[in-house]
Amino acid sequence: MSEPLLRLEGVASGYGDVRVLWGVDLDVEPGEVVCLVGANGAGKSTLLRTVSGLVRATAGRVLFRGRDLARATPAEVLAAGIAQVPEGRRLFAAMSVRNNLLMGAYLRRDGAAAIQRDLELVYTVFPTLAERRRQDAGTLSGGEQQMCAIGRGFMSRPALLMIDELSLGLAPRLVERLGEALREINRAGISILLVEQDVMTAFELARRGFVLDAGRVTLHGPTSELARNPTVREAYMGLAP
Amino acid sequence: MSPLLELRCVSRAFGGLRALHDVSFALAPGEIVGLIGPNGAGKTTLVNLVTGVYRPTAGEIHFAGRRIDGRRPWQISRRGVARTFQIVQPFPRMTVLENVAAGALFAAGARGVEAAKAAAREHLAFVGLAGQAEAPAATLTLADRKRLELAKSLAMRPRLLLLDEVNAGLNPAEIEQALGLIRTLAARGLTILIIEHLMRVVMAVCSRLVVLHHGELIAEGRPGDVVRDPRVVEAYLGSRWAARAGPAP
Repeated sequence: MSEPLLRLEGVASGYGDVRVLWGVDLDVEPGEVVCLVGANGAGKSTLLRTVSGLVRATAGRVLFRGRDLARATPAEVLAAGIAQVPEGRRLFAAMSVRNNLLMGAYLRRDGAAAIQRDLELVYTVFPTLAERRRQDAGTLSGGEQQMCAIGRGFMSRPALLMIDELSLGLAPRLVERLGEALREINRAGISILLVEQDVMTAFELARRGFVLDAGRVTLHGPTSELARNPTVREAYMGLAP
Repeated sequence: MSPLLELRCVSRAFGGLRALHDVSFALAPGEIVGLIGPNGAGKTTLVNLVTGVYRPTAGEIHFAGRRIDGRRPWQISRRGVARTFQIVQPFPRMTVLENVAAGALFAAGARGVEAAKAAAREHLAFVGLAGQAEAPAATLTLADRKRLELAKSLAMRPRLLLLDEVNAGLNPAEIEQALGLIRTLAARGLTILIIEHLMRVVMAVCSRLVVLHHGELIAEGRPGDVVRDPRVVEAYLGSRWAARAGPAP
C-alpha cells in the first residue's frame, strides 16, 4: 500500500467557540479523485479550509507527504502543493482571465517556460478561456468563472487540488464538461479532493468517498459501494433506499 | 383565462450585447413554470425586467391586466410580484425576524411593526426558521439563508413569485424539503416562475418549461417533451443527462 498523499488524523477545528469538525480522519492516495459529501453545515467547506490553513486546526494532524501542515499558513500550504478552488469562485473580477490564471502561478519558481506550458494546457482544456483571455474575469458567465477558478488552481501545479462545490449554479451540460476537465487534470497527475452537493455527479467522478455528518466522518469507501448504501441513498441522493 | 403575467416581444440590450431578444410567453394564474437555459442565457435579466430593475429596450410586460414595464421595482412589488435573489441578499445585521418583517411592512401593508412581526413569524414557521428568528441574518448557513430569502419574498404577499436558483447549493435531501414548500405555495394559488439548473426540481414541480438560449426562447412546453427536444439537449442538458432521461415514453 502506497503512502497517502494527504492524511487527516483526528482533525478538529471551528470558528471561535463554535466547533465544526470533531476528530476527522480522511486520506487521499496519490493520483486519486476523492469526494466529500454531506448536508449543508456538516463541515465540508470547513474541512477544506482547515487543510488550506484558512481555519486553524485545534487538534489532530494534517499530514501531506508525511509533513504535518496543521499549523501552516495558507501560503505555506499552497507552496507545499495544495491548491483550493473556493466556493463562489472568488476571482479577481477587475483582472483579465489570463492574469487571474497567472495569479495561480504566483508562488512558482520553476520558470516562465513551464508556467507558459501550463497556461496553454488550461487553454486546451477550456478553449473558452483562451477566447476570453483578455476579458475581465467579472464579465464571464457563471460556468466560465468556474472554469477560470479551476484553471487558476491548476496553475499552481499542485499535487492536490481541492474543489468546493464544482456544480453550484451551473447548467447540466457545463457540469458534464467540467467533469471531463477534472478527469483531464487528474490524468496530468494531480490528485483531487472534491466537495459536491450533486452526489450522483460526485460519485461518478470519484473512486472513493467520505460522508461527513455534523463534523464527523460517518461512512467512507469506494463510491460504487456508497451508492448502494441505503442511508446514503435516502439522506444524500434523495433516492429510495 | 387571462394570463397573470405576459411578456410581449421583450428585448433588452446592454450596449452592443443582446441579453434578451424578442421573448414572448405568458403565465396563467396558479401555474408553476420552470425557466431553464445555459449560464448567461438571460434568465436573471428576464427576472430583472419583470421586477422593474431594468426596462425593456423593446416590447411590453403586463401583470394582472396592467402594463408594468417602465414601473419602478417598488411599484411592481406592491402590485404583487416578489422575487428571491440568486446571491442571497439579507440585511446582515438585522435579525432574521426583522428581515422578514421589513417585507411585510413595506409591501404587504402591515399595520405597524408589531403586526409585521406577527406576520413574519408565520412565514418563518412556514419555511422552518422559527427557531432562528432572533439570530442576526449573517449567522445563518447557506441553506437557511435560502429559506430566509423565501420567507422575505412571501412576507410581501405576492401573487407572482420568481424563484431565482433558490435551491442551488442544497443537497438532494434538502431539495426534497424545498419542493414540499413550493408545492404548498402552489396549492395556495400562488403563481410561480422557477429559475433552476437542478432538473430534478423543475421536473418534479413544473407543469411547463420555457428555455432560453443566447437571449432567445428556443423551446416551450411540457417538461417531458422539452427535455427531449434536440436543441435543448444540445444547448443545455448535454448528452449524459439525455441518456439518463431515456427515450420518449
